[in-house]
Order: sequence, then structure tokens, then C-alpha cells
Amino acid sequence: MMYSNLVKKYYRINNLPHIWCPGCGHGILMNSIIRAIDNLKLDKDNICVVSGIGCSSRASGYMDFNTLHTTHGRALAFATGIKFANPNLKVIVVTGDGDCAAIGGNHLIHAARRNIDITTIAFNNNIYGMTGGQYSPTTPTGDFGTTAPYGNIDKSFDLCNLAKSAGATYVGRGTAYHASLLTKLIENGLNNNGFSFIEGVSVCPTYYGRKNKKGSSVKMMTYLKENCIDKKVVDKKPELGENKILIGELYNNSQPEYTEKYKEIIKMLSKES
Amino acid sequence: MCDNNSLIINTDWCKGCGICVEFCPKKVLSLSKGKVVAEKKEDCILCGQCELRCPDNAIFIGGKCDE
Amino acid sequence: MSNKKAKLLQGNEACVEGALAAGMRFFAGYPITPSTEIAEISSQKLPALDGKFIQMEDELSSMAAIIGGSLAGIKSMTATSGPGFSLMQENLGYATIAEIPCVIVNVQRGGPSTGLPTSPAQGEIMQAKWGTHGDHPAITLYPNSVEEIYNTTITAFNFSEKYRVPVVLLLDEVIAHMREKVTLKDTSEITIIDRKKPTCSAEEYVAYRADDNDNIPSMASFGEGYRYHVTGLVHNETGFPTNDNKVADKLIRRLIDKVENDIDNLSIYEDYKTNDAETVIVSFGSVSRSAKSAVNELRNNGKKVGLFRPITIWPTLEKQILEISKKAKTIYVAEMNLGQYYYEVERIAGKYCNVKKINKVNGELITPNEIISVINGGN
Repeated sequence: MMYSNLVKKYYRINNLPHIWCPGCGHGILMNSIIRAIDNLKLDKDNICVVSGIGCSSRASGYMDFNTLHTTHGRALAFATGIKFANPNLKVIVVTGDGDCAAIGGNHLIHAARRNIDITTIAFNNNIYGMTGGQYSPTTPTGDFGTTAPYGNIDKSFDLCNLAKSAGATYVGRGTAYHASLLTKLIENGLNNNGFSFIEGVSVCPTYYGRKNKKGSSVKMMTYLKENCIDKKVVDKKPELGENKILIGELYNNSQPEYTEKYKEIIKMLSKES
Repeated sequence: MCDNNSLIINTDWCKGCGICVEFCPKKVLSLSKGKVVAEKKEDCILCGQCELRCPDNAIFIGGKCDE
Repeated sequence: MSNKKAKLLQGNEACVEGALAAGMRFFAGYPITPSTEIAEISSQKLPALDGKFIQMEDELSSMAAIIGGSLAGIKSMTATSGPGFSLMQENLGYATIAEIPCVIVNVQRGGPSTGLPTSPAQGEIMQAKWGTHGDHPAITLYPNSVEEIYNTTITAFNFSEKYRVPVVLLLDEVIAHMREKVTLKDTSEITIIDRKKPTCSAEEYVAYRADDNDNIPSMASFGEGYRYHVTGLVHNETGFPTNDNKVADKLIRRLIDKVENDIDNLSIYEDYKTNDAETVIVSFGSVSRSAKSAVNELRNNGKKVGLFRPITIWPTLEKQILEISKKAKTIYVAEMNLGQYYYEVERIAGKYCNVKKINKVNGELITPNEIISVINGGN
């Protein structure tokens, strides 16, 4: 069999090929994480990948690190426990739009608020794929899902704005089409000593695409290619940003990190005694 | 050492989504019986756009030792 | 003089002292009456011992965080009460199937729902075993004094580490908030059990392959070089998910067997004057203290009464209950609920003697006189 060097080095080949549908963007996003880890030459033994439940969260089982596939929405809470107990570990959370913004929304805002050094990558496919196409917190208003047969009346979350408002110190958005950019953003997130949130816009041709007549995976990828614009461009020419998906580095503001602040308390007490 | 000088396809892992075919700048690739084939391999410039966006790690730029 | 340290401690405080003595260095929790002092005291003491305290956003995440802490190799605990215990059930099940050692303290209060936040109750006997979905093992311990809280908390950690099971420690509000003398032990006087670690190389490590003698797999900590996968899905010996029916059957049975086959090493109880007793009261926690007074009083009046007090609530002490049922004419199960442990006793003893209930759910203790009058009345 023929495998790329990255596959041989970082994947559990026995568990591949993965369960994702033909044309699902998640495999591309997962590869972006692997490339970022490889570019930074991180120690595999020191990396923990924690995921929740859903299509996105199957990623943890394929990657050859310390991996934890948790309960629905709770990945960040498990990850907080790991990171706080052993701050030397590099902790990465892989989650989805339903996982991190619906059932796990509370854990997302509080992990961001603490600015604990965890890099979260949210695979956003705008739908609950694993359960067969129900509308999620990022399904656009008016779109269809198996539980929105008359069109979704909910407003959708902007995950990056949510994370930024809650206190994340590094925020960025890439897409399955803009995979190189996504890799770079994940690298920056991993280098940020604090809570980093990277949204990876995915494509779900099987459920979201079919329900909303978006066409094939190729068509959905082409849509991403033609409808995204980097924040750096929009900062100079705001009119170019209209009706576009903003990608690139969205926020970068260093703040004291949670486990380090706690270490100061430990240090203070050890001096007193 | 392994030189990265060859386009390699792992047909077993290819799910036939066609993403690599669409975004290949030299139109080297096509689908045949639901799997990707390098129809015009001689035109390949080893740019890696196919590898970058293959969701299934089924196509990549590798060397002879990967075959 | 020995160097034993006698202290006047509150039950919740004794729980923290016991946990620290057992090696607990990670606590995640969420404030809730009547357990909050356990979090408060942990937050004060842990950083001075190079340990970690974190107040999470809810009980779901508290339970998740201690599983994370334990996977990172640190002995971890959380504490809560009724409503919080309900929220913890999800990840308690996770700890069970993923075999993550940790301790969950539930200082019970009146329920259901928000119930009676500041009143004692014993309503979570069944929830401690069956609160999380699916078939699974459970180890639940139930001390009845402040000193015993200290010692039983140490035991809870030891059991959780030995069996790789989340251990539930049930406390009564009145004992958690009561102050009594506790003799703190020196390290040399305490037996500490640590989880079994892999002795093989990382390449040879099969994370969920149990040893034949005890049905328990060895556990590496994240970051030690043994890269493995942990999931709440049914998994094979490698830890990866599977739908294989045979593997599923084997896993679930092993999880239960590793605990229930070793019940003799898990059985902790007090047997008080049951040898010649015609009437035996079965009770635990604060009610067992009233029951003991009642036994003494009734004995003074010539009645042959005894007390059987399970400290190990789950797994059920079948052997001991069966033995009593063959000697006694009547067993009264006295508990601050409408009959939960009763069903276990009735199931085991019902064929051999009468099994009756003494219950109360109004937020008040069951007094010795109430027990005496029931037994004297023969009801």
C-alpha cells in the first residue's frame, strides 16, 4: 500500500480509511491539523487530541497521539482537566458546530473566558451529520434540515465572534478549500499561549448539501473558493466584504494564561511555608 | 532519502469525490469508474493541490520509496 | 504520646482531609449546598500541596474535568449534591466504560429536583447504582461518622484506583455538617493503592487488554509515551470503537465482573449484636446512629435486636444479608427515603424472614424513639 509520509508518521493506518462520506470536508480539515503539527515539529507523545461527539469528533481516533473521544459537547471540559492537571501537555480539541455551540456552548465560552492554553478546531458543516441532517446552531436562517422541513427560523451563530467575545486570545477561520491558510492559522493557534479558536468551514454534501440543493462536494468547495475573503483585504477595503465569509486571522491578543496564573498561586504558597 | 518527485494514487482509499480533479491546475486528473486516475500524468507539475484537498489521503506527491 | 493528631472537624472537612491523605491532587467542582465546603476547603489546601483546584461552569464539566485530570495521572475528585449528582451521571457513565479512576462525593439532600437543599435525605441509593444509563458496575460507600468519612474517603480512592471504577461516596447532610473528633493518620499508617501501570513498552501496550487474574487493564497516563485512544463507545482491547457483538458482550461483562467477582475485598460493614437477634435493623449513614441507640435501648428491655450497617452499599452485600435473614425473624430497613435499599434486602432476605420498612422523607432525621416504637408495635 502507498501512504504519504505524513500519513505514515501521524495516522493510525489500521483505522483508515475514515468513516466520513465521499467529498466530506472533514478529512481535509484533519489533514490541516496534521500539517500544522508537523510544521511545528511537536512531540507526538506530548500531544493530546480531545474530541466530543459527532462527525467531526471521529477525528481523534485516526490520529496517532494521546486521544480522547468524550461525550457530546464536553470535549473542552475534559481537555480543561487534562491541561490543568498537566500543563506540559499540548492539548488540541476537535469539535463540531453542534458539539461546541449547542450542547457544549457553555463549555466553549468558559474555556475561552479562562484563556486556558487549548487550541480548539471547530469543524463547521452547518448540520448534524452523524444523526442524519438536523439543523444546527450554524445552519443559516431559512435553510433546511430534517428537523427544519419548513425552513430554519433560528438565527445562526458566528462561532468566531462567539469565541472572541467570550475571551479567546487567538481566533481565525479557514475552510476546506483554503486548507493551507487553515494550517497556518492552526500553527498560530498552537503557538498562542492561551485559548485559541480556529473555525474550519467544512462541506457536507450528503446532508446539508442535499437538503439545500447545494450540489456536489466540488460545487460546495467552489462556493467556498469564490465566496470567502481574507480579513486583511476587508480591513483595507470594507466594501469587498459584503456577503462574503470572512477568513484569515480574525483576532490576536495575548493575555495571561490560566494554568500559569494558577502556578503563581502555588509559587506564592510555597514561599510562605 | 525519498525524493518527492512522483504523483501517487492510493486507489483503495479514493472515494471518488472529484475534488482533486476539479482543482488540479493542469487538468491532469479525471475520474474513471468512481476512482481518480492521472490521465495526463506527463502534465503534472507536482504542485500538491490534489494532496492538499484530498479528504481521504488517497493522492499525494511522494517518492519511489512510497510506492 | 503517639504523634496521632486528634482534631475537631466537620464531616465535609474530614472528607477533604481523607482525600488529601489518599493522594488527591486535583479537584473540579461547582458550588451546591450541602457539599460546598468540600470545594471551598479543597480550593484552600490543594495549591499549597502543589495540587489543583478548579471551579467549573457546571457539574457536567466538573465530572469531565476530573476524568481529564485522572487521565493526566493525578488522583481526582469532585463533590456535589442531589441536582448536581444528576448532572454528573452522563460522565460518570463515561468514567465507568473508559475505566477512569476518580471519586464522586454526593452529600445528599431532599429531592427530587431542587427539593430540600438544607435538609438530610438518603434518596440517592438507587441513583448511585443506576443513575447512569446502561449496564455497568458501581462501587458506593456510605460512612456514618466524621471519623469514618475521613477513613472511607481514603478507601474510596483506593477502590477507584484498584478497580479503575468511579467510586461514589454517599454522605448525609447532617454528618457532612456535624463536627466530631477525628484522628488524622500519619502517612505510615495509611495504605495507599495506586492504579496498575503498564510494565511493557509503548509498542507492546494494548490499553484495554485486561489481566486474566483481575479483569483490570493497566493504565498509562497521557504524556508518558503510551499513545492510546480512550472512548465512551464500546471498544475492543485496543480501545478503538467496534460494533462487534461478541466484543461488546465481553466488555460489559468484564466491567461488571472485575468488581463483583472481587466482592469479598469490597465488603465493608458493621455487624452489631446480630448473632442472637430475632429482629435486625438494616440502616446506614445517620440513620444507623439512631438505630444503634434503639438497639441498645431495646436490649436493655430484654429484646433481642441487632443492627447490620452496610458501609459498602454497592455492590450489595448479599452474603451478609442472606446470613442474617436465616437467623432473624424480622428485618427492618430504616432509611430516609420511601424504601430503596429495602428492595435489595427484600430481594435477598424475603424468602427467609419478614422484611419491613421504616421510612421518612420530610427532611427530618429518623429518631431512635421512632425506630423503637415501630419495633415495639411489631409493625
